[in-house]
Amino acid sequence: MDLQALLAGLTVCTGALALLWDNGDSPEMATESIPVAVPVVDDELELVAKARKGDAASFSVLLRRYEGKIFRLAMNITQNREDAEDVLQEAFLKAYEHLDQFQGNSRFYTWIVRIAVNQALMKLRKRRSDRAVSLDEQIDTGEDTVIREIAAWDPDPEQQYSQAELNQILTGAIDDLEPIYRTVFTLRDVDGLSTEETAEALDLTIPAVKSRLLRARLQLRDKLTRFFKRKGDDAFAYM
Amino acid sequence: MLTCKQFLAELSDFLDEKTESEIRAKLERHLAECPNCWVVCDTTRKTIQVYKGMSSCSIPEDVHSRLMAAVERKMAARNPRN
Repeated sequence: MDLQALLAGLTVCTGALALLWDNGDSPEMATESIPVAVPVVDDELELVAKARKGDAASFSVLLRRYEGKIFRLAMNITQNREDAEDVLQEAFLKAYEHLDQFQGNSRFYTWIVRIAVNQALMKLRKRRSDRAVSLDEQIDTGEDTVIREIAAWDPDPEQQYSQAELNQILTGAIDDLEPIYRTVFTLRDVDGLSTEETAEALDLTIPAVKSRLLRARLQLRDKLTRFFKRKGDDAFAYM
Repeated sequence: MLTCKQFLAELSDFLDEKTESEIRAKLERHLAECPNCWVVCDTTRKTIQVYKGMSSCSIPEDVHSRLMAAVERKMAARNPRN
């Protein structure tokens, strides 16, 4: 894999997120600071409280609930299965170790996403030891919002493909996005986090999440139009 | 009337139903008069819908097993009596 290409969407950064856990083992944990009220999954506080007291089964419930999403997130950022697996393990081990720092003001998932993102960024930085990387990048506001194709889609475009084909199309389109867009889109539109939760998990501002989300949605729309457009409809560029 | 560029800038909030009523009315007016933006809006909405359908994600069994083993080791080290 071309690391340069992978990191194209990331940048040298002095942002807080990139600076966390410089030594890997001395975490300024992702302490919660979310200022907004967000819905908390009902049983999470209880599960965390029990896990803190040493109840392994409760932590296992949390782990099983989120391991798939964290693994996907780690794959999204590292694009490397081995690294993603490391990130997954490190994130849950750190979460377990620092459970006392989870105050329950936000979802457990938001908290562990933030830990996982930090671990994933550290992985990338190790691959590129001379530079820090971050998702908190100043992005160009021009080209990314260009609409390249306009064509109406079939009413139920997903019906044209088998589930396996559809998954391949959707996954392929996401994989083509820059990491910053891919990560925001996955958390926000696939995992269903709110804009505020996504901002907290990725240590981005709300406007930054919104602008990345818009670009991600438009780019995906463009890519999917190739597969889903109604037959006979011409595609053309505008704006 | 809004320009297409202004419409696009508000598209995400519009689709998420986060726009204030005054702006929403302007966006809807633009949509009624601009077929291109209507298509972009409709297909972006469908893009979001189609991805919502892929929310389940499984983890490879071997990855899960190694994760569980690592966590159990950590738990055992922390709570030797359990």
